[in-house]
Amino acid sequence: WGISRLPALWLKLKRLSLVGRLRRGTEGKWPRLPDSCEEELLIRPLHSGDIYASFQFRTLWDTDFLHQGKKVSHYRLFPKSLGQVLSKFSVRELHISFTQGYWRTMQWGQPIVPSPPGAELWVWFHNTVADVDGNWKELTNVLSGIFCASLNFIDSTNTVQPSASFKPLGLGNATDHRFLRYATLPREIVCTENLTPWKKLLPCGSKAGLAVLMKSEKLFHSSFHSQAVHIRPVCKDWQCSSTAWELRQTLNVVFDLYTSGQGKKEWSLFKMFSRTLTEACPLASSSKVYVDVTDNPELFDLSPATSVLNTAVVLGDRRTYSVYDLTQKETFGQLRSLNLVLRWKGESDMLRPLLHAERYVAGFGLQTGEIHTLIYNNHPYRAFPVLLLDSVPWYLRLYIHTLTVTSKTRENKPSYIHYQPSKDRLRPHLLEMLVQLPPHSVTEVTVQFERALLKWTEYTPDPNHGFYVGSSVISALVPSVVAMDTNNTQERPLFSSFFPTKEESSYFVRVYTEPLLVNLPTPDFSMPYNVICLTCTVVAVGYGSFYNLLTRTFQVEEPSQPLAKRLANVIRRIRGVPLL
Amino acid sequence: MGLLSDPNRRKALTSLLTRLNTPICVVCYLAGIAWFMGLAFEPFTLRTYMSENAMGSTMVEERFPAGERALATAREFAAHKRKVGGMPVEWLVKTMQARGLEVFTQSFTRTLPFPDENKERYMVRGTNIYGILRAPRAPRTEALVLSAPCSPDNSNNQAVGLLLGLAQYFRSQIYWAKDIIFLVNEHDLIGMQAWLEGYHHTNITGMDYTPLQGRAGSIQAALSLELSSDVITSLDLVLEGLNGQLPNLDLANLFHAFCQKIGVLCTIQGKLQRGDWDTAEGYTHAVQTMMLMVLKQASGRPWGDHGLFLRYHIEAASVRGINSFRQYKTDATTIGRLLEGMFRKLNNLLERLHQSYFFYLMPSLTHFVSIGYYMPAFGLLATILLLRALDLWVQLGTPAQVTEDGAGEVEPVSINNQGVLSVLTPVVISHLTGVALYTLPVLSQETAVEHFPVSETEAVVLTAIAIYTAGLALPHNTHRFISGEGTEQGWRVLKLVALLYLAVLLGCTALINFSLGFILAITLVPAAACVTPHMPKALTALAMVLLSPGCTLLYCVFIFQELQEAPVTLPEGWMLFLSVISQGILDHSLYGSLVYPLLALLIYPCWLLLWNILFWK
Repeated sequence: WGISRLPALWLKLKRLSLVGRLRRGTEGKWPRLPDSCEEELLIRPLHSGDIYASFQFRTLWDTDFLHQGKKVSHYRLFPKSLGQVLSKFSVRELHISFTQGYWRTMQWGQPIVPSPPGAELWVWFHNTVADVDGNWKELTNVLSGIFCASLNFIDSTNTVQPSASFKPLGLGNATDHRFLRYATLPREIVCTENLTPWKKLLPCGSKAGLAVLMKSEKLFHSSFHSQAVHIRPVCKDWQCSSTAWELRQTLNVVFDLYTSGQGKKEWSLFKMFSRTLTEACPLASSSKVYVDVTDNPELFDLSPATSVLNTAVVLGDRRTYSVYDLTQKETFGQLRSLNLVLRWKGESDMLRPLLHAERYVAGFGLQTGEIHTLIYNNHPYRAFPVLLLDSVPWYLRLYIHTLTVTSKTRENKPSYIHYQPSKDRLRPHLLEMLVQLPPHSVTEVTVQFERALLKWTEYTPDPNHGFYVGSSVISALVPSVVAMDTNNTQERPLFSSFFPTKEESSYFVRVYTEPLLVNLPTPDFSMPYNVICLTCTVVAVGYGSFYNLLTRTFQVEEPSQPLAKRLANVIRRIRGVPLL
Repeated sequence: MGLLSDPNRRKALTSLLTRLNTPICVVCYLAGIAWFMGLAFEPFTLRTYMSENAMGSTMVEERFPAGERALATAREFAAHKRKVGGMPVEWLVKTMQARGLEVFTQSFTRTLPFPDENKERYMVRGTNIYGILRAPRAPRTEALVLSAPCSPDNSNNQAVGLLLGLAQYFRSQIYWAKDIIFLVNEHDLIGMQAWLEGYHHTNITGMDYTPLQGRAGSIQAALSLELSSDVITSLDLVLEGLNGQLPNLDLANLFHAFCQKIGVLCTIQGKLQRGDWDTAEGYTHAVQTMMLMVLKQASGRPWGDHGLFLRYHIEAASVRGINSFRQYKTDATTIGRLLEGMFRKLNNLLERLHQSYFFYLMPSLTHFVSIGYYMPAFGLLATILLLRALDLWVQLGTPAQVTEDGAGEVEPVSINNQGVLSVLTPVVISHLTGVALYTLPVLSQETAVEHFPVSETEAVVLTAIAIYTAGLALPHNTHRFISGEGTEQGWRVLKLVALLYLAVLLGCTALINFSLGFILAITLVPAAACVTPHMPKALTALAMVLLSPGCTLLYCVFIFQELQEAPVTLPEGWMLFLSVISQGILDHSLYGSLVYPLLALLIYPCWLLLWNILFWK
């Protein structure tokens, strides 16, 4: 059929710089291709003076292998490696994120796609799967290979099945959490080796379109870096007559204006990515750059200016965006390249996001401790419920009877608690709670724990670094500041449509707390020989002989009788005569 | 141990030990002292070396340029401090925010049990300000702390200025892997205690504080900076913390390594390093340095703001700038570079500092005495107690040889009944005196102030001394509680108990705080070893009083002043002694120092038991 070779062909053509003409010339002649892809970059100047760049790439794959049960061997835009994984392991939804750094909600507001530090993976399996744990195990190993990450460290000791916090984001209303697996690796370090395989999944690779901006030396010279892959079944069209697979690849970066700007508050695409944009990805049906200009002109100047404005409601807030359509030739202007420049004017201070959370370990010493989770509701008059998910490794033994939830110094009884106790070396603690947050309050969840003494082979190679406890996850429907627009849904930017929203007056937010680093009682591994020798000596010589001395009674022993006398006595006993 | 299982050989051994008991004890005592003095002799000590791999070979460059600007900030800070008449909270918050930090404040109040006359404070109310520099792409799990106290007088402004300068410089660097907390604490240790308790959400000492709003995970290491002049001649490293805890030796090594690299004179205990260990002066110098460390450690109080971190398993030290009359001066840029280097190396740490020693003494910055070397000195002293106990045990076990009369047959039974009572009574009574010494001074201060023309502090100290002295009168009254006369056996049993009790007490103390255990052993062991009721009362009583824990404290005060080259006259020394007692009680209630309760509740009663033996009837 030949279409499978199209991407390669396109790239060759692009190099001959014939793409533009060819594309216009052939449009309409070819039948409508089954798959489609879109790309988008959102740039949002943050209140703290940092700059937030969020890439989203969406690939739609019009196939439905799960229902028909047939093998799919044909791939066009959708990466084959992921497609095979989906069909082999009967995956219904797959969400994986790699994050380096912690999203600072207090300064940056809510992220478009939230993710915890380290790696996070959650998967809904199809409900025909018999051996979910087996599939999960294999899947993590395969993904580990695909993304060059240590996902193979996911095992039963860090996998949980949340009952309420992670609902499917795509089609279908699965509620049986037996088919859900959730795991985080808070220690995972994300670097270029994870970025390269991620880029390879893009239809244009990093050769054309927005992906040319992804230079790793710039992306990792930032305050926050997060890349993610989300796969879910979605409706193919407006009426939802048939379904398709959606692959969303997101990459979120926050650049620090302070450290790399050398005090000058000016920013441009070139400064951020050391590249400018020259073309769209030829395979993409839409390729746009959005710049959040809601705070313009108080905060910054934007050039080149554009007349195309788009208003969308994102995370409960109506925002205005300048839109640059890369498929239009005019966007690139005279120089045939697009280099957005932002010049800061104002100063700004901390935000008060409606919902944010923090977590820390209280107490000192290596025996016990207390985990405190603080959840802030900054809404002036609305109370709302949040779902709190905590997954704590088994070596912190939670004293669940010490669990307290307090808001405004009063006890706040959770309306739903799901607790699964840990099993040593087998599974972690899982604690899920539905807590109502009173308006303008801080809710504090505390639980005490005891630190277990591990077996000596169970310590990591750097035991004195401490052990990580993954972020807690807070999922909430936060009351919206503005009412949601219901019309015009089709033309909303990608970043505004990630979480399905049902209610108009509120929006879904997921907040991750910081992971914890907890020190466990650690033996001194540098001198096992000394310890063994000392212990053996003390036990053998000291303790043994003192115990012997203290418990034994001493008496003077009669010298043993000579043999002749004993023999004589035997004979005398037989004779019945008194002994000698 | 077949030696002990064989009754004949055992008998021979015990008879040898009882026969030669006194000479062996004397030899042990002298050997213990000699061993201790030998520790300061350089060939007997080890050279310090960096154990931590992550800090050893990695190279860092120090480029901090802005010393002059930091001093300008310091002057601005001083001006604002004068204007506000205390901590310029608003100015500091604004300045830290301008440097790109996340800034938070914490206010605290603390009412002291009685007014502190040294620092003139009673109701303490203050604010701590800290700014967190968030490391890029780090998940808020680890942090380092740089702190500078905001003193009420005109000192330490340069420290705050340099801290702000470093904050600004660090903010523009990209290599940080751990968050850095810049803390300016008011009311030195009280503010630090409030901040640490707030950070770890504990309340050990009854402090009132507002909860902290921002945190940065587990703190790996901390440095406290004290700097009161624009230029300095040397930097002094202070290590001794609460209850004699010390930071990991690698922290001292790190400081020394950077002083060498940058070329700053560095001291410990305010004493410079000397090259001539083989001369008498060189040796005396080393002994002085080590003795100062021993005395400071034995006091159990934090000798700088870093001292309180150690309880939370955070390695911390104070760096103090000293400006003397030397020619060669170091400017603020150089100190800034030194701190930058230290922080960059600490930033490189993969694990907490744990590779090197936690128990050590330092006769100089380049040499240290590890626990394995200094413990024998204490062990030799403790052996005396065990030998004397063995001697007594043997004597008690062979009563028939002492009393050959018919009465000897009945005696063992009566000892058991009466013996327990005659031992138990003094033990209980002296411990009750100890409890009185621990509780009454603070409780009865109001009554004392009403009836006597003294201030609260004086009332507390004088009450403590009065109870201490009143304890000496006890032996004359204890016999009222005992039916009948005290017997020859009775005091032996009591002394045996007292000896073993003292051995356990000193042993445990020395394990935690070697210096305290050793100093107490030097005076208490001879008293415990020699005392019997058959000695000339007046003379022995005088000797016993001179060897009591209270007098040990008095000597320590004089020796400390002598070693610091600030000798005092007798009346001055006495006043210092009184203030040391009040400080000890305050340290206990403010920071949870354990020296005062240890002395009052355990050591003093133990000494009273020995005193009881002397006056046994």
